[in-house]
Amino acid sequence: MTKSHIKVTINGKAVEALVEPRTLLIHFLREQQSLTGAHIGCDTGHCGACTVDMDEMSVKSCMTFAIQADGASITTIEGVANPDGTLSALQEGFRMMHGLQCGFCTPGMILRAHRLLQENSNPTEDEIRHGISGNLCRCTGYVNIVKAIQYAAAKINGTPYLEAAE
Amino acid sequence: MIPGTFDYHRPTTVGSAVALLLQLGEEARPLAGGHSLIPLMKTRFATPEHLVDLSAIEALRGIVRTGDEIVIGAMTTQYELIQSALLTELLPIIRETAVLIADPQIRYKGTIGGNCANGDPGNDMPALMQCLGASYQLTGTDGIRDVAARDFYLGAYATALEPGEILTAIRIPVPATGHGYGYEKLKRKVGDYATAAAAVVITMSGGRCTSASIGLTNVSETPLWAEEAGAILTGSTLEVEAINRAVAAAEAITNPASDMRGPAEYRTKMAGIMLRRALERAVARATA
Repeated sequence: MTKSHIKVTINGKAVEALVEPRTLLIHFLREQQSLTGAHIGCDTGHCGACTVDMDEMSVKSCMTFAIQADGASITTIEGVANPDGTLSALQEGFRMMHGLQCGFCTPGMILRAHRLLQENSNPTEDEIRHGISGNLCRCTGYVNIVKAIQYAAAKINGTPYLEAAE
Repeated sequence: MIPGTFDYHRPTTVGSAVALLLQLGEEARPLAGGHSLIPLMKTRFATPEHLVDLSAIEALRGIVRTGDEIVIGAMTTQYELIQSALLTELLPIIRETAVLIADPQIRYKGTIGGNCANGDPGNDMPALMQCLGASYQLTGTDGIRDVAARDFYLGAYATALEPGEILTAIRIPVPATGHGYGYEKLKRKVGDYATAAAAVVITMSGGRCTSASIGLTNVSETPLWAEEAGAILTGSTLEVEAINRAVAAAEAITNPASDMRGPAEYRTKMAGIMLRRALERAVARATA
């Protein structure tokens, strides 16, 4: 099988690689680039655990061929932390608000929430819930994930995080 | 799940894309957003030997007004439809429908052209395009032809597209200022295909309905334009009796499958309910 040469930027680093056209982006990231943060959950495009950021879009990397990403800039969970290694606002939000239990969905949730906050820095709860509707979590019931994203939004905006009354 | 092997092509012009598709023949498939085709390839229900990726063809993107029409490039994504100020102003039912398609990730990649040309009866845009009286610009190596959305769908995944042809643009007449509209979709969960859905566009004048067009999603092997139902409403004051007759006429043309979304009888009734709700919202939004 002929392989094709692709150039992508992953977490700010230029990468050149040979891929088969049928190689899915998730397999390229996990197996060829050893970036195992993005997860394969359902493998059918429903669960969102494989979500990465690609050219300012949240993309399900199990439904995208690596070759389609030729020329693209990709961010995975490995590239989300602050340059000094401290947690990003979203990572800190998930930690502080217990936005994860088993953690399997978390990389996809954080990458999706990252793009959501880039587009809407002060989303309502409803906008958050619709914004993460392509990401499934089987542990938390989503309540603490919503709080984690609200926490991150407040931190990014420099406003105090006020937890909604129960 | 890993798809079968294929060769990948990424042409940058429509001409080279249709030439490639014609030359490669039946074993080639055009690739738009890929979120219908790639899952089929992963399960090996589809095993094309060639994919012709249309994403690098700039001429297939964009939303412009040309006279009394809105022209949407086939590779315009659902996300771009939702963000479009032009559509929000002139054709807000497109946004109302697009936000009900799948989930945010899929809307970044999924295209209006893919949604309309794929022929999946579950897709939402085809019935809306029929409701709006849209026409599809089909481009092949022999040139361009236009086919009305109401004539395009022949069966499940069977369309008027000839080998080597691709859908390149969708032209939609701008509805009258003050028109009322509604897209109502019953689904089991966020992101699901419709159990049944209805698109309604009406115009009103002095309490009387002066035009009505209705499309129905996922209640037959093709999207349905409920012509008779629209005709019953047109000229009426939308009194209960007229609405009941229109709903009965719409239900009568449905032919849904019994599947995990419910038995056929239920889905037919839900098409009627979706029509009632979409009409109610359209009336509330119509002015004059």
